[in-house]
Amino acid sequence: MIRVELPQHLRTLAQVGHEVTVDVAGEPTLRAVLDALEAHYPMLRGTIRDHVTQERRPFVRFYACAEDWSHEPVDTSLPRAVATGAEPLLVIGAMSGG
Amino acid sequence: MSGVRVLVGTRKGAFILTSDGARKNWDVSGPHFAGWEIYHLKGSPADPNRIYASQTSSWFGQVLQRSNDGGKTWAPAGNKFAYHGTPGTHLWYDGTPHPWEFARVWHIEPSLTDADTIYAGVQDAAIFKSTDGAQTWEELEGLREHRTAGQWQPGAGGLCLHTILIDPTNPKRMFIAISAAGAFRTDDGGQSWTPINKGLTSAQIPNPTAEVGHCVHRLAMHRSRPNVVFMQKHWDVMRTDNGGESWHEVSGNLPTDFGFVIDVHSHEPETIFVVPIKSDSEHFVPDGRLRVYRSKTGGNDWEPLSNGLPQQDCYVNVLRDAMAVDSLDSCGVYFGTTGGQVYASADAGDHWMPIVRDLPAVLSVEVQTLSA
Repeated sequence: MIRVELPQHLRTLAQVGHEVTVDVAGEPTLRAVLDALEAHYPMLRGTIRDHVTQERRPFVRFYACAEDWSHEPVDTSLPRAVATGAEPLLVIGAMSGG
Repeated sequence: MSGVRVLVGTRKGAFILTSDGARKNWDVSGPHFAGWEIYHLKGSPADPNRIYASQTSSWFGQVLQRSNDGGKTWAPAGNKFAYHGTPGTHLWYDGTPHPWEFARVWHIEPSLTDADTIYAGVQDAAIFKSTDGAQTWEELEGLREHRTAGQWQPGAGGLCLHTILIDPTNPKRMFIAISAAGAFRTDDGGQSWTPINKGLTSAQIPNPTAEVGHCVHRLAMHRSRPNVVFMQKHWDVMRTDNGGESWHEVSGNLPTDFGFVIDVHSHEPETIFVVPIKSDSEHFVPDGRLRVYRSKTGGNDWEPLSNGLPQQDCYVNVLRDAMAVDSLDSCGVYFGTTGGQVYASADAGDHWMPIVRDLPAVLSVEVQTLSA
């Protein structure tokens, strides 16, 4: 079970609380977690990753265990603490704009 | 008892304003989708309870919302706007090629006869169509693949397709406008498109017969006369009487012919409304006075309408999708400002009153005329 924290606007869109959980078969990677998240909450498709390119949207960042995972290859295994559910994967809207 | 429902898109959410036919007392609902930019909402003429909303964010991209109960409840619909094939390039601001990139839906145009059929005008400029109530979208790629598309350049707001007009007598004929490519017409339901910019002149375009490149801000037509289309261009108010084959200027005695909105009286095809803006450098009304200008002669001869509008220290703009008319016996006119006011007139502009004064900056205004 993977815990994912979402930013406020995406919580509202998906009608969920600040944290959701998803199950990922095998070694959890960023791609696998996002795939599972979008499968559970299809309204989130296109809001975190571009629909076509699957690239992270520029003003969205990923953090895990206090480290910035935004630029890590999406098929890299997430930290053990995230894989076990001890720590959440954070999806964050960048502090920019007004 | 008839009534109206005004759909307002703002920089920070959507608002729905309702009133009976007197249009004096208003209920305000919102913000819906708080914190998101709502570029446009529009109801289906075939089913007024069906409303579509374009919800966008620089952070989280495009969401397309749909209501089946007149805006009381909403559900996300399909938001995948994928260009057909491998999109090529248009010109960037500096004149270099730039790949086509989807940014947002600027304008939603429901079919006049089928609540599940909708068109969407997007940035970077393209038109999409849904026939399943906005669950899935297909590009009508003939427009973006037009032989001139590689020469299209964005206006300051982006390369946006912001206007879609459907001919009420022939649904295969549509008019669209793109900033800053110009106006186009299809006669085959969107498969192929013709630039319709003859007669437009722009000081910034050296070639007076340029086929594309014109910064068209808005088009409007009366449903009874679809060959007559009015245009607010970057500068100049224009008119065509032959479906866009040629345009002529009708700016006449306007204090400035720069502006964004233009609309047509619901019962008088020769009565049109604009809101002159000082200039392309100063996007606010001239002289600190908010005035709608009305022509009852299809242009050239204009009168200012200011009764009930602020006449000092007012420096707002009225954006291109932020004016609408209802179809009650006494035509109602509505517009929203970048200062967050939405004004209504129940007598075709003779008298105005604010419905709300302090919304976020208004991006779009549409109105539905409802019967009990």
